[in-house]
Amino acid sequence: MLDLSGVYHAEYGRCVATLVRLLGDIGLAEEAVQDAFTVAVEKWDVLPPNPGAWIVTTARNRAIDRLRRESTREARHAQALLLQHPDEPREVGPVQDDQLRLVFTCCHPALSPLAQTALTLRLLGGLEVPEIARAYLVPEATIAQRIVRAKKKIRDAGIPYRVPRADELPDRLPPVLTVLYLVFNEGYTATSGPLVRTDLCVEAVRLARALAALMPDEPEVLGLLALLLLTEARRPARVGPAGELVRLPDQDHALWDRALIAEGHELVRRCLRRRQPGPYQLQAAINAVHTDGPASDWRQVLALYDQLLALVPTPVVALNRAVAVAEVHGPALALAALEDLELPGYHLLPAVRADLLVRLGRVDEAASAYEAALELVGNDAERAFLQQRRAALPG
Amino acid sequence: MKQYLLAVHYVDGTPATQPEAQERAFAEVERVNDEIRAAGAWVFAGGLFPPDRATVVRVENGSTTMTDGPFAESKEQLGGFWVVQCADLDEALAWAEKCSAACLNAVEVRPFQEE
Repeated sequence: MLDLSGVYHAEYGRCVATLVRLLGDIGLAEEAVQDAFTVAVEKWDVLPPNPGAWIVTTARNRAIDRLRRESTREARHAQALLLQHPDEPREVGPVQDDQLRLVFTCCHPALSPLAQTALTLRLLGGLEVPEIARAYLVPEATIAQRIVRAKKKIRDAGIPYRVPRADELPDRLPPVLTVLYLVFNEGYTATSGPLVRTDLCVEAVRLARALAALMPDEPEVLGLLALLLLTEARRPARVGPAGELVRLPDQDHALWDRALIAEGHELVRRCLRRRQPGPYQLQAAINAVHTDGPASDWRQVLALYDQLLALVPTPVVALNRAVAVAEVHGPALALAALEDLELPGYHLLPAVRADLLVRLGRVDEAASAYEAALELVGNDAERAFLQQRRAALPG
Repeated sequence: MKQYLLAVHYVDGTPATQPEAQERAFAEVERVNDEIRAAGAWVFAGGLFPPDRATVVRVENGSTTMTDGPFAESKEQLGGFWVVQCADLDEALAWAEKCSAACLNAVEVRPFQEE
């Protein structure tokens, strides 16, 4: 039997989005796609040339069969929709992509921010509830409940599956940016399993490009795209030959994607000209500095983090800023900057503390900090990295 | 077409609006009502007398009790409502925005169950 987990991750979001368009109901769409994957597991000896198309066709046919047997209101409605538009031409509108449309639906303002994120990660990222819960540092039961409630609300309150009008787009944008960022982040530093989930990174970049094409005058949209491109550019250097984590200062720049970096830098320059700074633009600028020349200009990076912290005064930003403080002002000041920070469940806080303590020669405290980080870390590569650092401590 | 309740909620004890502001609000609400009717979304609307004019009726084990006053002993009370019919939630929310701006209070949008 083939291992279809790769195909599942790559195709789930796209297939669900298409089936949502065909069936007009998220629950039915998910059932249909999951049904089709069950059939695929039984039937596929080798991968078909276009697995996504196979899944969509099978899902659609199975949905038609099932709907004929059911008599609920949803079933009747979905059946009518399916039979009415078997092969209708794609609607003409600002957002033509099924997945981008589904993102806007999942990020509707009538849903809470947590619901928006959880739903998008579930439907478009294909993430399971435990993965989403870890990524968001929220209990699994809460995530599961939010997703169930959100789907019910979409169905019962009549949140439409449609593309926002051009005049609505600016207001509908912020949660979409947040969610794309989270999807990319989950792909770049997965909360469990292997370090990188390429399919999520690629998908987030693809959707960010579609958004930028749609709204080329929104600086934060360009900022997000630049941030993703400049980060994605370094992905080939991020994981070593044995699957181990390679941190930024140790990366082989020859492995970086030059074209993506050039594109990212150009976007950052465009954003700077607008003089409407925002969090994504600032994060993009930080990454532009890191990818500009053989060594990062940490003073510039720190200055940018100062601006970012002023706009987004969160513990995570403070943590990242502290790393820059260490490079410019030394580890003692950086450790002081971390003093009152609280990020329960986030392994990078004790991990950064540990690194700083090592540099200060405080070995015993460093060991405890690495152990604290190891209790919280999720993915294999980061765990191996931390174990190695712990083991390398003297005494 | 789906039907939605647009319920006006106010907090008892908030300082009363000045008479001119109240008159402006009435006029604005009438203007919005005309818009709703013209758009074919009108089902019903009305303002309610305050909660001290309310009576609660309960039937338990075949016997009826009546209580003077509103159901909820809370500061948040229902002031009135619209019932509109719309294609989807976005339309209902757009009406709710106009209604809320006109009557100067929060409006809760709740879908009716179908059938």
